[in-house]
Amino acid sequence: MRQQVTRLTLLFVVLIGALIVARAFLVPETFGELGHFRATAIGETAGLEVKYAGRAACAECHVDVEETRAAGRHALVSCEACHGPGADHAEDPTAVQPEKPVGRDLCTLCHGYDPSRPTGFPQIDPTIHNPLQPCTACHEAHAPEPPVTPESCTGCHGQIARTKAVSHHALLACTTCHTVEEEHKLHPSASRPTKPADRSFCGRCHAPDAQPPADLIQQVPRVDFSTHGGHYVCWQCHYPHFPELR
Amino acid sequence: MKRRDPSAMPGSREADGPANEPVDRRQFLSRSLPAGWVLLTALTGCGGGPAGPVEGGEEAASGQAPPGGAEAPAPGAEEAKAEDPLAGYDPSQHNYAMAINVDRCIGCGRCVEACKTENDVPREPFYFRTWIERYVVQRNGHTVVTSPNGGISGFPPVEEAEILRTFFVPKLCNHCDNPPCVQVCPVGATFKTEDGVVLVDHDYCIGCRYCIQACPYGARFLHPVTRTAEKCTFCYHRLVKGLIPACVEMCPTQARIFGDLDALSSPLARFQRMHKIQTLKSHLNTEPKVLYANLDGEVS
Repeated sequence: MRQQVTRLTLLFVVLIGALIVARAFLVPETFGELGHFRATAIGETAGLEVKYAGRAACAECHVDVEETRAAGRHALVSCEACHGPGADHAEDPTAVQPEKPVGRDLCTLCHGYDPSRPTGFPQIDPTIHNPLQPCTACHEAHAPEPPVTPESCTGCHGQIARTKAVSHHALLACTTCHTVEEEHKLHPSASRPTKPADRSFCGRCHAPDAQPPADLIQQVPRVDFSTHGGHYVCWQCHYPHFPELR
Repeated sequence: MKRRDPSAMPGSREADGPANEPVDRRQFLSRSLPAGWVLLTALTGCGGGPAGPVEGGEEAASGQAPPGGAEAPAPGAEEAKAEDPLAGYDPSQHNYAMAINVDRCIGCGRCVEACKTENDVPREPFYFRTWIERYVVQRNGHTVVTSPNGGISGFPPVEEAEILRTFFVPKLCNHCDNPPCVQVCPVGATFKTEDGVVLVDHDYCIGCRYCIQACPYGARFLHPVTRTAEKCTFCYHRLVKGLIPACVEMCPTQARIFGDLDALSSPLARFQRMHKIQTLKSHLNTEPKVLYANLDGEVS
């Protein structure tokens, strides 16, 4: 065999050998066991410390609170959502005490008014709703109930109320158009308010021959229902809380 | 509005060390060749014999994924060795997924808070494993998306006259069935487990940020201290203990639902049955396992 071929072969053997040896050192032990990764990494992630014990752990000792909470409006709210992480406390109840939130800041994170929140979620405007009073002065945090049945609809339907307040319908009360049973204020989804079912309802003000309040009679737009809107009910096109016509 | 990687990293340059005296090519070769030869012989001499067979024997003896292997210098490795966190856990029995009911999210940020606490996520803004976005679709047709500090301390007031519709959307790693981040990792430091969770191996990650670029959901970030990629793990350390992820546990309105895709009856299965489900950027074929209900078309 020619000399250069021998040398080249030797070089390749040495290089490949070096590669194999280097690989044995550099590739981690469990790499490739379960896929193109280090299998022990799963155990390392899985071995991290748990900080939130979970509501089941709280219920083991705090039976009475859990009973109250599970039956009330905060049934879905985890204990640690307000009291902070409690795994340490569950481990050693005497040494570590979870926080007891005071004031209004925590409650308003959920219950402060924000138009992006779903309609009907109970919200208050912290600046006008009993300012400076801690929420717990009137509400029991574990099973909150309104201390009095809400008088106005704005307690829950803030966005609608605010929109309506700057619209041409500002002077109409919610109950002008909606019939609301008392039950709705206590159990909102058990009894739904009604909506006007036909066009003659809006026609009481907006029909050509209607008699709206005398001081508004010049401003109320009139619509000939025989030609306008076909078979639709008015609110299917117009938004009565903020009517489009100005 | 999204997180930004801290691009300023003065440390990495300095790490190259002080400027050496110039070495010309001839000097370099004449020094490095013998040095390389010495290294090679040293490796073959001490490593060649025992490396092959003994290593294989160890693997065979220890079997399935012994945590805290010999090469793992992680701080938690010793505890892991003492008590196997995966003992009694069978990943083949699970295929995890999360459902999010957008109509229920009130934007309180308790999930973000819980995630940061549970997983020691840096408190600064722009490091999030999960975060909440507020969408405001305006009457003029524009959509404004904000996420001040991930929504952890609520959202500032908005101009209400402009609003056509508005809602919150919680976001997190989608734990894709076909994860682009795993495809691009040059060293195999991020991977999909058998139970469908995408994890990062922090000991093996080289911090190249390729996965951060590849994620279409912006769900990854570079940890400012460890300089390795970070992301949601579905709280894997909780899952193996039979707990649910911290964000799901803490959500006060049950906007998040966690479960097993393969389970025949579970809250997740019921949720999928009762709602029309969408995923984010489904056209990318990443096959996300975070399932959204009542999602607006403006959300991407």
